[in-house]
Amino acid sequence: MLEKLDMGKHALYVWGSFGVTALFMIIEPLLLRSRSQQIRKRIARVARLEQEVNQ
Amino acid sequence: MSSRFINWFKFSSPATFYPLAHRICVISAVIAVVLIAIGLYMSFFVAPTDYKQGEGYRIIFVHVPASWMSMFIYLVMAGWAALGLVFNTRLSAMMAQALAPTGAMFAFLSLWTGSFWGKPMWGTWWVWDARITSELILLFLYLGYMALRSAIDDPRRGDRASAILLLVGVVNVPIIYYSVKWWNTLHQGSTIKMNAESTMDDTMLLAMLIMTLGFWAYSIAVAMSRVRSIILERERSANWVRDLVGGGT
Repeated sequence: MLEKLDMGKHALYVWGSFGVTALFMIIEPLLLRSRSQQIRKRIARVARLEQEVNQ
Repeated sequence: MSSRFINWFKFSSPATFYPLAHRICVISAVIAVVLIAIGLYMSFFVAPTDYKQGEGYRIIFVHVPASWMSMFIYLVMAGWAALGLVFNTRLSAMMAQALAPTGAMFAFLSLWTGSFWGKPMWGTWWVWDARITSELILLFLYLGYMALRSAIDDPRRGDRASAILLLVGVVNVPIIYYSVKWWNTLHQGSTIKMNAESTMDDTMLLAMLIMTLGFWAYSIAVAMSRVRSIILERERSANWVRDLVGGGT
């Protein structure tokens, strides 16, 4: 079955295309997740600070 | 309005759309993973070797979906931009903003995979062919939109200015699509034609379509995830956002 993955003389080009596409499509959701966490933390911090100032 | 119809304008409020975006994101992500897994299996294990290009043709299974998505996402962004200008809804501009990085990524991947396909088949990494050049312009349009969007501090002004840029740039999409017909340069003609039978083997065609649907679902999932972050950032002073993130007011 694995011989099907042998791209012969085109290996660099096929894996270079699939590899970079996969890399981008894995990294993008990870970056989005960390961005969302950072934003939530920042908003919570500002809200806490405001609460402390108001008290 | 009759209760049988959904009041779509209800969802133009960021607060109402925020939880809905999460549900759409999760469903689309699951669909994307399943379709891309099936598509990859078919790309390597089911689709036969091409009689002319050997194994190298398999780049088509990422090149064509990425190229289609780069054009399609731009059209969807322009649609949101037009809606935002007409109805003055904040969420429309946020949707356009959320799609831009993914569209730019697919435009880049289209050029990258095209380059990796061009080298073994045409003997060159790059050529100033009509289609390749117009796809490069599409990438610059995405980057220009993102730069303009982030350069204007007032969000509503930024929304309007970048919406106009998006709408002007729409003219480039039909140029990319028809470039292989209008100019007789190096890039091959369309593999799938609207008005004629495909010249591809059925399993190759099916694998390509499944990958395209997978990329489509992926784009929806990441756009929904990103729009949620944009909503939080832009609505950070609203009480519902404070309650949501646990700051409490």
